[in-house]
Amino acid sequence: MSPSPEAIAVGVILMVVIAAYALFGGADFGGGIWDLIAGGAERGAAPRELIDESITPVWEANHVWLVFILVLAWTAFPPAFAAIMTALFVPLSLSLLGIVLRWAGFAFRHTAERLQARRFTGAVFASASLITPFFLGTVVGAIVTGQVPVHPAGNVLAAWTSPTAILTGFLFVAACAYISAVFLVLEARQRGRQDLMRYFSLRATAAGVVTGALAGGTFAELSNSAPHVFDRLTGIALPLVAISIAAGIAVLAMLWLRWYHAVFLRATAAIAVATVVWGWGLAQYPYLLPTSLPLALGSAPTGSLVAEFVVAGLAVLVVAPGFALLYFLQQRRLLTAVESDADLRLAAHLDQALPGQPAAPAPAGARMTTALVMVMIAIRAIKEVFSPPHRG
Amino acid sequence: MGAVAHVLAVNPVPARSQMGSSLGFHIILACFGIAFAAITMIAEWIGIKRGDAAALLLARRWSRVMAVLVAVGAVSGTVLSYEMGLLWPGLMGRYGAALGGPFSFEGIFFFLEAIFVGVYLYGWRRLSPWAHWWSGMPIVVSGILGALSVVAANSWMNSPAGYTLSDGKLTNVDPVSVYFNASTPYETAHMLLAAYMVTGFVIAGVYAVGLLRGRRDRYHRLGFAIPFTVAGILAPLQVMMGDIIARFIAHNQPVKFAAMEYVLSTQRDAPEWLGGILINGKVYFGAAIPAFDSILVGFNPHTVVIGLNSVPPSQQPPLVTLIHLSFDLMVGLGMFLFALAAWQGWWWWFHRRLLLTAWFLVPSALSGVAAVAAMEAGWVVTEVGRQPWIVYRLLLVSDAVTPSSGVTVTLGVILALYAILTVVSIGVPMIMSRRWRRETPAEEEAEQVPYGPAPTRAAP
Repeated sequence: MSPSPEAIAVGVILMVVIAAYALFGGADFGGGIWDLIAGGAERGAAPRELIDESITPVWEANHVWLVFILVLAWTAFPPAFAAIMTALFVPLSLSLLGIVLRWAGFAFRHTAERLQARRFTGAVFASASLITPFFLGTVVGAIVTGQVPVHPAGNVLAAWTSPTAILTGFLFVAACAYISAVFLVLEARQRGRQDLMRYFSLRATAAGVVTGALAGGTFAELSNSAPHVFDRLTGIALPLVAISIAAGIAVLAMLWLRWYHAVFLRATAAIAVATVVWGWGLAQYPYLLPTSLPLALGSAPTGSLVAEFVVAGLAVLVVAPGFALLYFLQQRRLLTAVESDADLRLAAHLDQALPGQPAAPAPAGARMTTALVMVMIAIRAIKEVFSPPHRG
Repeated sequence: MGAVAHVLAVNPVPARSQMGSSLGFHIILACFGIAFAAITMIAEWIGIKRGDAAALLLARRWSRVMAVLVAVGAVSGTVLSYEMGLLWPGLMGRYGAALGGPFSFEGIFFFLEAIFVGVYLYGWRRLSPWAHWWSGMPIVVSGILGALSVVAANSWMNSPAGYTLSDGKLTNVDPVSVYFNASTPYETAHMLLAAYMVTGFVIAGVYAVGLLRGRRDRYHRLGFAIPFTVAGILAPLQVMMGDIIARFIAHNQPVKFAAMEYVLSTQRDAPEWLGGILINGKVYFGAAIPAFDSILVGFNPHTVVIGLNSVPPSQQPPLVTLIHLSFDLMVGLGMFLFALAAWQGWWWWFHRRLLLTAWFLVPSALSGVAAVAAMEAGWVVTEVGRQPWIVYRLLLVSDAVTPSSGVTVTLGVILALYAILTVVSIGVPMIMSRRWRRETPAEEEAEQVPYGPAPTRAAP
């Protein structure tokens, strides 16, 4: 029994959304990680400010990708979703904890007035940035190694504490730090900060090397723990793996040569990450849970899958122009000739100097009559509603 | 004691408590996500049309508070979508394919809303006044459509439709019938009205406090009048809507209705109970209006009202007293808000100015709390009233709940975290308002909020 084309297509959409989350959400988490290890309040001030400025505009819009992943998974592949959510209850709950803590830390940080409170909330924000990618990594590791049973009776601790799953967790953290550092190099360049360009270039290189090493380690581990996935990674998915390695090396070369091209550097780093995600998807095919739940058995009825197409189409049609407009406004430094808040405040406070409200006009006879008529109509209407229904 | 221990040992209870508290928290923020933009845009419209600086300033400040609340709502919404799977894998595994459609559409509308909140905030001084006003419109529309989608998913759990089962497995799904099930029009209309009322009365309540403290300038009068008018106009519509829905539930989910109204056995001349506690099949401390429940259901005292005894005890909802008292609370508070709106309306009609006496302002200051309480009570009625079903007459809560251990731990963590989130969502706007009064105009301009532009460094 081979999977329906609709199921494959929705699977492809899911992999695209996961790649988008890995890139945009990953960059967010990475920002938090660099914030965490930026050093003391004085030494780390400059990089922290840059991280803050580049995260703020979109910092949690990126979680919408994660929500899409969840919704797509439960709509299109309900049995797999239910099995994963049950067996991996613990790491998934912890990744959610990270998201909420990150948010609380971030929100407080901007409103906390004292330095100590700022430091504490900053620390919460930064350490929560480690938690979420790590545990999401262990979740993926557990799925890939086929440790999620189709009908779990409860938590499966062993699934996400295997060496492969833990390695995948570290790989996710490193990849977030890597993609974020590359983006931050370009943010620094846009702001003309030579010192921060060097600062993040160095860190991007280091994170790139670590990510590569962890990816190699995970890959080697897979040959034992996930033979099906390993076979396909070295078979049909090999081109994607090769592209990822090539893109990773190209990024390192660009950083080494200090060729900080806004489009090429960003795109190459993005390709390096996205191809790993797609390689995973292709290697796991045709299984939702290797090797116990194939796509053909685990996908939703066609009606639900078609609805997801409509949603995806709508997303491209509506959300993309909205993003374009927002981007245009963000880039537009020029302000139009509209009053500033300061002008408005002055104008509004002038009002206080004016005498109070004008004296009220006496109740007019006409208004009294209208009010009475309206009350009568209302009573009539209520009576009409509550009277017994007419027969006939 | 034995009964309590038994209840605690039943697996769904921690999961239900966690879902209930997450939903109860998120729904308040969702109201602001749905309705705040429209109220802000009314202020902006007045500001542009009449060149009213106070109205424009209100609109700008409200848009910043809106951004904070939408940001909190985004996080609590993420929590909910996780919990659908973490707590109810039995539901998602069986019916995820049906429930997922409306949720996916909601995702799109939330995305759109978040983007245009950003556009609206960035656009204040980067777009011409009317272009900026129109840039708020997508927030209003996507707020309404997003609410429609999520509530449609909840309605489906009350009136499942658009699916084919064979051997207990979902084999066919018609997403359109799922979305527009029998309960959808009633629930969505009720919730949209509730969202506008909650938002309107809460904002009005804040400015009522300001007015009571003697800040009676045009800024505070408008800040009170705009949201109060919106909520006040909708209050009578909500009362009518509630009456229609009660009748719909009496036909569609008679057991839920029986719990709401203490109809213990199927009967004619069913009395309408006000208050009262149900103990061992008898109502204590309640006032009964003879035959009025039958009149409300069928406009006739002899209408037969289906009672709790129409289904075996295993299919009757638990906590009937809670359901009934929540229902009474919701209706009572709805009437209170309606009366408040009518009072102001009457005064305005004859005097053409706002009624701003302490007698009126003190209850108005509490109207926001009342509206929130009424909405929460309403959700208690619909969610607890559906028990023991998670999908009405299709799937039991006990079959949907996760077999994973550890829900009691996550429940504790969620309660602690949501206490923090509550402090943030009330505290941040309060800090902002204190700063607005204390700081110089230039400092206000430099304030940073989620979605908003970075402070402008040099004056243009």
